[in-house]
Amino acid sequence: MEAKRFPYQLIKTDTPPFWMRPLIPVLILLTTFLITAGLILTARANPFQAYYYFLISPLSSQVSFLEVLVKATPLMLTGVAVTFAFATGYYNIGAEGQLYAGAIAAAWLGIVLGGLPPLIALPLMIIGGFLAGMAWALIPALLKVRLAVDEVVTTLLMNSIMAYIVSAILNGPWRDPTSGWPQSPEIAESTMFFKLIPRSRLHFGFIVGLIAIAVLWFVLTQTSFGLKMRAVGLGKPAAQFAGISVGRTTLIAALISGGIAGIAGVSEVAGIQYHLIGDLSANYGYTGVIIATLGGLNAIGVFVASLFFGLIDTGAQTVSRAMGVPVYLGQVTQAVMLLVALGMYLLQRYRIVRRV
Amino acid sequence: MFIVEMQSITKRFGDLIANDHVNFQLKKGEVHALLGENGAGKTTLMRILYGLYHPDSGVIKVKDQPVVIHSPKDAIQLGIGMVTQHFALVPPLTVAENVVLGYQNSFVLNQTQIEESVAKAAQRFGLEINPKAIVRHLSVGQRQRVEILKALYRNAEILILDEPTAVLIPQEVEALFETLNLLKQEGLSVIFISHKLHEVTQITDRVTVLRDGKVVGTVNTADVTQKELAAMMVGRETFGVSRPDATESAQKPALELVNLCANDDKHLPVLKNVSLTVYEGEILGIAGVGGNGQKELAETICGVRQPTAGKIVVEGQDVTGKSPSELTRAGLGRIPEDRHEGMVVHLTVTENLVLEHLDEFTRKGMLDHKAIRQYADDLIRKFQIKARPNDITRTLSGGNMQKVLLARVLARQPKVIIAPQPTRGLDIGATDYVRQQLLEQRQRGAAILLISEDLDEILALSDRIAVIYEGEIVGTLPASEATPERLGLLMSGAVKEH
Repeated sequence: MEAKRFPYQLIKTDTPPFWMRPLIPVLILLTTFLITAGLILTARANPFQAYYYFLISPLSSQVSFLEVLVKATPLMLTGVAVTFAFATGYYNIGAEGQLYAGAIAAAWLGIVLGGLPPLIALPLMIIGGFLAGMAWALIPALLKVRLAVDEVVTTLLMNSIMAYIVSAILNGPWRDPTSGWPQSPEIAESTMFFKLIPRSRLHFGFIVGLIAIAVLWFVLTQTSFGLKMRAVGLGKPAAQFAGISVGRTTLIAALISGGIAGIAGVSEVAGIQYHLIGDLSANYGYTGVIIATLGGLNAIGVFVASLFFGLIDTGAQTVSRAMGVPVYLGQVTQAVMLLVALGMYLLQRYRIVRRV
Repeated sequence: MFIVEMQSITKRFGDLIANDHVNFQLKKGEVHALLGENGAGKTTLMRILYGLYHPDSGVIKVKDQPVVIHSPKDAIQLGIGMVTQHFALVPPLTVAENVVLGYQNSFVLNQTQIEESVAKAAQRFGLEINPKAIVRHLSVGQRQRVEILKALYRNAEILILDEPTAVLIPQEVEALFETLNLLKQEGLSVIFISHKLHEVTQITDRVTVLRDGKVVGTVNTADVTQKELAAMMVGRETFGVSRPDATESAQKPALELVNLCANDDKHLPVLKNVSLTVYEGEILGIAGVGGNGQKELAETICGVRQPTAGKIVVEGQDVTGKSPSELTRAGLGRIPEDRHEGMVVHLTVTENLVLEHLDEFTRKGMLDHKAIRQYADDLIRKFQIKARPNDITRTLSGGNMQKVLLARVLARQPKVIIAPQPTRGLDIGATDYVRQQLLEQRQRGAAILLISEDLDEILALSDRIAVIYEGEIVGTLPASEATPERLGLLMSGAVKEH
């Protein structure tokens, strides 16, 4: 009467063994490599060589190492932004749109604040970007808190709206008068982020990113608001029962999240492009979701994950240049890695047992 | 000779041995009790027999044939049926549809035909039920009858009933026992899981007692007294707590509910003009069959459900509509009904202990980690919580989780304590501990509202007992006048006493 069954099964355990923790990142890398190796082969390239360019070669020269940090800068900011929201159980997928809101503010302030010394202009740029990102995040946050409208849908749709607004601005009032390109006029020199290292692209935004990481750590672990955020994120009914205002906490966290994403936009405009352009962000807002998740919603994790993604981003360009494979392989690798990592974190709670 | 034989069954969950070389034999045509405390391994053993768990070792024989039961489907084919406390019925469907669901394989269902065959089966087993009735409209007792009929309709010869009386009022229990006697005469074998001694002695032929995953013994019910069974079950002669007589207090009201009304999640009235007064130094027990508004009553007083009318007064202060943190400040100690929803189980023990009073541990927005740690250490010691301060709460046993909650609430010496189902799911040691704590609070002068579906608990602890039925208080009586029969009548809604 019985059919043949697979002789092994998964049994849930509560605590993974201690030797598992350090092993998991290695396993993630290994599995991701095995999966993407096939893809790299179809692009007629040697996977080992490709991975050398991906992971090692960007670290072998100072120029490319600094480029890793440049790429990591917006990711740190969007990663921190998303973490603020996710830790509170508010799934803000709208960092991309909030980033552009901050970028619009920066492009505008960069011109109006032209006469001011950098010491005053730069903080004003950052505050302006923060407020703009916050304002853009306000609508879905209010809808969520007041009417329980699913924020995943609204924040995501707000991104599309923002993309059209940017396009409308750039093709209309802000089209560059001299070149005629759909880009805003160049911001004043005094509002540009200064370079941390001469003759490199590494700019003041990286410091801002580090500060954001520190703020995230401080809020989450040292303040009572951070504990309230985590309580709401991990158990809404229990947090409410204990007297924490779930709505207020969610709203504030959502606004901080939007504000920091706005700063990422400021950093890209004032540190890299000096204009508002349509493809200012290479999906930094969405990558922030991946970074927050992979980083385990804590500051150190977000820091490491954004550096690592900066590395892959830089590496993808090196691979593409050196071996002629599409630069999209970098994105594929990031996506595969996210899926593998999520799978690993799920599976570590199980052990394999032989059926009796 | 035996219709079911389980030999040397062992089942582990991590470090816990739920069943330790358990032997169990069921004779044809008997009602056999599996007796033991919560966590003794009764349900685990039966889940193994029903194919929900797989034993680590041991042999199962059905009608002298060794069998391997992978899933409930295998069990049903072997003639085994199980009725759990959580019914697997689809409320909008009829009784007949529920009975044949998943059994009838034809693509088109002939409504009249299945109703006839279900009616025939119901008649054969003496189960009074209308096959055309919509399950949503049935009482808990009737739903249980549908579950039993479902098993019998699938030609079950062996029926497992997991704590079948837990959800029933005394009168429904009588009807169930009549059914079981009838089934016995039909040659069916019944396994009756219970921890209630008087039921076991009343209905069963033999008893197998489990303790800590091991069989203590199998006896003929006729040969033992309840006291002897109790001793086998807990390993000691006496158990429970004793309630000292009420102190002559000034009868000062501490908690007053005045015509309190509230709606359930579907916006239907669930509390109807509830008026109660709890005095200082007394325990007022709310008895009732589960689902008669107890949960909503606790939620409304605790500030997580808004009343639609009426007043809540704590120590003379109107707190109607106040937020949970204002209620705590007003002197209300709120023990949440669901431990997993009352605590953020993914946070640490320490964090949960201070969650209600974060403001006191905050200096300029920053957490005072040192003070928090000291506070947690103190409470862990004082309430004998078996955990380290930084353990994630989820990893604690139910008893220790409940201690964390008690510590959080009782450390504040609240004037009024709301305790809904405070011992549900706890083992006997933890249950005793919780009850002892509540009695100590009563001695201290606190007013305690105890809401429990466990009638024995209500009778053991309360000074006065109020009965709730369909969201209404149908009677309030002093504990000295309360008998299970009188409470049973009130709980069934048959009578009102005012």
